Amino acid sequence: MRAVRIFVRSIRDAFKSVLRNFSLSFASIMCTTITLILVSVALICAVNIENATKSIEDELSIVVYLDGEVTEEQINNIRADIDSQDNVAEVTFKSKTEWKEEMSDYDDTFETVLNYLDENPLMDSFIVRVEDVNHLSDTAEYIKSISGVDTVKYGEGMVDNIISAFNVVEKIVIVIVIALILVTAFLISNTIKLTIFSRRSAIEIMRLVGASNIAIKLPFIFEGFIIGVIGSIIPICITIYGYVILYGALNGHVFSNMIVLIEPYNFVFWVSLVLVVLGAVVGMLGSLKAVRKYLKI
Amino acid sequence: MKFIELKNVNKVYKNGVTALADVSVSIEKGEFVFVIGLTASGKSTFIKTLYREEKPTSGTVMVGGLNVGKIRNGKVYKLRRKIGIVFQDFKLLPKLTVYENVAFALECVGMKDKEIRPKVMSALERVGLKDKVRSFPGELSGGEQQRVCIARAIVNRPKLLICDEPTGNLDPDTSKEIMKVIEGINKDLGTTIIMATHDRDIVNRMKKRVLLIEHGVLAGDYAKGSYKTHEGS
Repeated sequence: MRAVRIFVRSIRDAFKSVLRNFSLSFASIMCTTITLILVSVALICAVNIENATKSIEDELSIVVYLDGEVTEEQINNIRADIDSQDNVAEVTFKSKTEWKEEMSDYDDTFETVLNYLDENPLMDSFIVRVEDVNHLSDTAEYIKSISGVDTVKYGEGMVDNIISAFNVVEKIVIVIVIALILVTAFLISNTIKLTIFSRRSAIEIMRLVGASNIAIKLPFIFEGFIIGVIGSIIPICITIYGYVILYGALNGHVFSNMIVLIEPYNFVFWVSLVLVVLGAVVGMLGSLKAVRKYLKI
Repeated sequence: MKFIELKNVNKVYKNGVTALADVSVSIEKGEFVFVIGLTASGKSTFIKTLYREEKPTSGTVMVGGLNVGKIRNGKVYKLRRKIGIVFQDFKLLPKLTVYENVAFALECVGMKDKEIRPKVMSALERVGLKDKVRSFPGELSGGEQQRVCIARAIVNRPKLLICDEPTGNLDPDTSKEIMKVIEGINKDLGTTIIMATHDRDIVNRMKKRVLLIEHGVLAGDYAKGSYKTHEGS
């Protein structure tokens, strides 16, 4: 009961002191707000880049052309061989007839030329999707060595370049997000530290009248929590409305149809959750760190 | 056993200054003791070792059966709850009202609101501030602020009240009133009182036991009424 009373009183005192020290609380709240907006922007960019990278990588596949005179049985053997590779996710067969139809649909000239020839000059093929694009070329090299395979196309050097570029971009974005979160943590905890510095005499008095360390710390921890949560309100609004409006304005993709934005719902709610948790946790840790300094523990 | 007992207490600060040298003294329950001495005589250090703001370098300080020097930082609150402390600079929380300042000492112990209210009101009544309950410290005079500080110190009925120059910032008339309040607490509640001061008038007039500290040494221990001004301070 005693502990519960101290706990409840701490919450009450935290609200009281946020209000009574409003100018300082306001400074902390604004600082939290601004840094969380930055975090939100960075986070949305990061997740979208990650998502775009993934979807473009998914599109990458190996096209395997088979020799002109392969038999039905050979085709099945080659398929089984490709399938047995660890990195192979999916193998689709595309016969030369299918190719012919597709090309005819695409362009009338092709149709005329192809119909002029007695025999279909195209080749049967497999389209292979891989699990990990980083090993795309290894898998392609292996498939090339299977007998009955004529040529293997996977964009060769170009694909390798794109993949390594994506990897670099992804890493840079992750570093930026982590750096921003650290900066946020530092800024918020520093501002709260200043707030608490102005109240170190209060902490001293609490000690003198016999408040236990935990009873002194609790109101400050709740105060940090309140400041963090209030500070995340505006960033959350900006995230939700801003992203929904942006998504609508861009029709869901940037530059080309290749880079597709993530659907706003539930994505914005996840980002909001991250913001409020980040604000609250950083607020609490910041004030805890600041109080400890004056507690002589 | 005596209520307060210091045995061969030494205190040397980190910068090499010796504040207390081999001080041994004992004080009975219910006594009223003045601690006098010049500035930097060790008087403040003596008072601070009693409520564990300073740890003695060697020797033992016993207060109400607790070995004060052995208390860890995290457990100091257990001692502080048993004693009341009054300061020269009041140390009130400026953002809390008079009532809240006094109630604070009970709230942080986890007492029920129902129990807190009558205790706070009776403490404020004793110091004569019942009608200033809703004021903030900044709206009170120095004497009134000191009364709030006294009310906060006695609200949990401590056995020991430590006063560190409680009249240092007050004019002579206000000082007299404050001393009346403190003396009343000693007489009515039987609280042991240890008061550091350099106000000679008060010491002369009240004729209590006097401890004289000079250069960190207990230079004199005068029984009730035997202290004369010309002997020091």
